Amino acid sequence: MIAIIDYGSGNIQSIKNALDYLKVESTITSDPKIIESADKIIFPGVGSFGYMMDQLNKKQLIKPIKQSIAAQKPFLGICLGLQALFEESEESTNVKGLAIFKGKVKKFTKGKIPQIGWNTITPQNTNNNNNNIFSKGYTYFVNSYYVIPEDKSIIATKTNYFGNFTSAIQYKNITATQFHPEKSGEFGLKLLRSWLKC
Amino acid sequence: MLAKRIIPCLDVKNNRVVKGKNFENLVDAGNPVELAKKYNKQGADELIFLDITASIENRKTIIEMVKLVAKQIFIPFTVGGGISTIEDIRNLLSAGADKVSINSAAVKNIKLIEEAANTFGSQCIVIAIDAKKKIGPKEKESWEVYVNSGKIPTGIDALEWAKKVESLGAGEILLTSMNKDGTKSGYDNDLTNIISKAVNIPVIASGGAGTLKSIEETFKNGKADAALAASIFHYDTYTVKQVKTYLKNKQVEVRE
Repeated sequence: MIAIIDYGSGNIQSIKNALDYLKVESTITSDPKIIESADKIIFPGVGSFGYMMDQLNKKQLIKPIKQSIAAQKPFLGICLGLQALFEESEESTNVKGLAIFKGKVKKFTKGKIPQIGWNTITPQNTNNNNNNIFSKGYTYFVNSYYVIPEDKSIIATKTNYFGNFTSAIQYKNITATQFHPEKSGEFGLKLLRSWLKC
Repeated sequence: MLAKRIIPCLDVKNNRVVKGKNFENLVDAGNPVELAKKYNKQGADELIFLDITASIENRKTIIEMVKLVAKQIFIPFTVGGGISTIEDIRNLLSAGADKVSINSAAVKNIKLIEEAANTFGSQCIVIAIDAKKKIGPKEKESWEVYVNSGKIPTGIDALEWAKKVESLGAGEILLTSMNKDGTKSGYDNDLTNIISKAVNIPVIASGGAGTLKSIEETFKNGKADAALAASIFHYDTYTVKQVKTYLKNKQVEVRE
């Protein structure tokens, strides 16, 4: 069973709809026990970095998330769910992230902000993960911020928005995307299918 | 780079898509889910559903439609028409809409924009602006905002209004030229250009889509981030794919 972590923000029904469509059992939950017992974890994030971390604290979700990751369960972070894995963000400067990876979250400085629409992800062959699930194609983005990992070998894809930025990472059991696979049409569904097979 | 978006717009009445001309002689054009699937298959980048009845009893049928679409279509979609409260927005987003488009209610109650953006995030708040060109000298071109499906002039300048809604937290602007709407004579690229340059949020050009060239021009001359079209797709003048193939040949970046 897949646990979709709900910290009380935004439209996370769409990821559930996509999994239903793919005929995969999942549940939207904020119950630490259900998260602990799940086989796979999806962490979709919407809202602001500070609000998200605050809610994760209040709902006591930080420990179960970190434990799931440490237990090598397949973990998929989406959008803010990617940014949460890093140490800090320019969006909420005095808030600490989950700090699974070293690095920061920065705001775009060029172009219209947020970036809204379809942009190309390009897989990086420098990625350490030998099971890279990404291929080149258009995916749907809505973001003002992007991650800068200190360890470049975790970068799985890059995308150009007035300069290249990291649009997905992969490291052991952790996969996380800045774009929304659940809103990226057939290409996104294919990607979700590949992740589900991990 | 970010691709320019092609967005078919579907008018919905009593849970059915309707076609008509200038809101008259409406005929049934089918099931919203089936049409959404069709456009999705053709390569639409997003879909906009416009509830053209927007009566209270119709709210519920729209929610049901949104739920059905969200279970089958995995591209972003926006719902507009008759949205006037935070509760309306909450209901549509929890049913599966990715964004809502607010028009008259934003003008009548500007606090709604701020409250909506703070509650749900700017990314899902689209402000629709219906603008009509004012008569005057070319060098002092200006446009006036109209509300209630273009029936009531507000005296508000469209450019000032666009800047205002951005400052209040709007995530995108859906800009319709009333002069061009339904004419198929091309978008109002002067209007789109002036607004797209003045704000730092995406602008969706609407009203006037006709030839393939008119769509190319709204990107090149109007500086639009996305182009909305209704009748050219409804009447199968072009498929979304044909539009994109044409644009690609004209060096406009589109998703294939």
